Amino acid sequence: MQRSHLSFWAASLALSCVPVMAQKTASQGIDEYRAMLQDGNPSELFEAKGEDLWKQKRGPKNTSLEKCDLGKSPGVVKGAFVELPRFFADTGRVQDLESRLLSCMEILQGFNAADIAKTGFGKGEQNNVTALATWIAAESKDMRFNLSQSHPQEKTFYEVGKRLFFQRGGPHDFACASCHGEDGKRIRLQDLPNLTKNPGDGVGFAAWPAYRVSNGQMWGMQQRLNDCYRQQRFPYPGFASDATIALGVYLGVNSKGSASIAPAIKR
Amino acid sequence: MNQKTSWTLVALAAVVVAGCATGPSVTELNELARQVAKTSFRDEGIVKADQVLNADETSRLCSEADVAGKPLDEVTAKRVEETNFKAIKWPSDGKYLGDWKQGETIAQSGRGLTFTDDAKTVNGGNCYNCHQIDQKEISFGTIGPSLYNYGKIRGVTDPNSAAAKPIVEYTWGKIWNSKAYNACSNMPRAGHMGILNEAQVRHVVALLLDPNSPVNK
Repeated sequence: MQRSHLSFWAASLALSCVPVMAQKTASQGIDEYRAMLQDGNPSELFEAKGEDLWKQKRGPKNTSLEKCDLGKSPGVVKGAFVELPRFFADTGRVQDLESRLLSCMEILQGFNAADIAKTGFGKGEQNNVTALATWIAAESKDMRFNLSQSHPQEKTFYEVGKRLFFQRGGPHDFACASCHGEDGKRIRLQDLPNLTKNPGDGVGFAAWPAYRVSNGQMWGMQQRLNDCYRQQRFPYPGFASDATIALGVYLGVNSKGSASIAPAIKR
Repeated sequence: MNQKTSWTLVALAAVVVAGCATGPSVTELNELARQVAKTSFRDEGIVKADQVLNADETSRLCSEADVAGKPLDEVTAKRVEETNFKAIKWPSDGKYLGDWKQGETIAQSGRGLTFTDDAKTVNGGNCYNCHQIDQKEISFGTIGPSLYNYGKIRGVTDPNSAAAKPIVEYTWGKIWNSKAYNACSNMPRAGHMGILNEAQVRHVVALLLDPNSPVNK
């Protein structure tokens, strides 16, 4: 860990040598910068924390999460991430990774899921949910997305997610599709994936949770969607709300067959 | 998880049961998406959930067309454009051009109106997020067309001349309400929706049309 931490900072310092990148396109430069960072992705720290949290006896019931069913059967972590969101019979809901973790923390450990959902990002138990999500995602690294659409609610959530994706609103009339509806576009210098179809391996839904270098934070998909909506000038989407889960179904199903690189590293 | 969520679930279950054989209809799905949005979003800071989720007819029709993957039919598109055109507020003193330098600052800024902004934030135009404008700025987006040489290409040498009038008016109108010219344009309606005020629109028009603006060099 010590070594990778050092190489991370070395890579950050290398960024100040911008003229070196001058002949390349900005996008190539950014790609190289990301590749350098892969050497020491700080998400490893969150993975380690998440694995500990999974096995640790915690909460009012002093129990671990080792019997948590992420979809493949209780305790099975590998391969679960690339099949989420999916329908869960015990809660009667379609759930993404983070909302499913809330259910497990409530049912197995006795935490209050609604309280955690209300807690701001980067605070209290929210940090633990992010670390858990990071480790669980990492356990499915390089596996291909394969979300189920066999339950009627999974199909319904896809259709609802699609409608939310195209829903224009707010002072700017922005929808998710305003930025992510066409191939080969960018905002300023940032390339934008077209999320109305499969954007490819490790792009869009297949990249989160991710470590964000610009603010030094680990973000789960819930926080990624939250910040998209913030920039869209939309109101605040509730953590683990049906809207965010439905969007996850839409993006996840569209990514079918693409390899997950989560936890990724982002600018 | 909470009362709101369980209510949505009841509605969802009802739709699923009702549509068991064939799945829910388009109308049912539209209504369900509306309910899901209503229960999922909340007010935060200066952003009011009701205002955003109850978008006007223009946004609603364009969203539905996008979901269907088909553009608006010609008659509807024309009607939407006419409605938006009628809503354009032309400059109160007849002055279309302000200061291009201030226009550049407005074009650079993407600030304002998010749930982490306060009401005192001066809104930006977000222009460079989607358009190339001054060639010196290499950090520009590509969602909209390049606006470099905007006035020059259109032959505007004197924005106050009669010959330039149609372009000057179109430029004002497009910035004020983009949907007056293209019903489902990706471009915000900067004046119409109160993102930019009249003075700011004037500055942005100058950035595009003033022969002294770097855009036209």
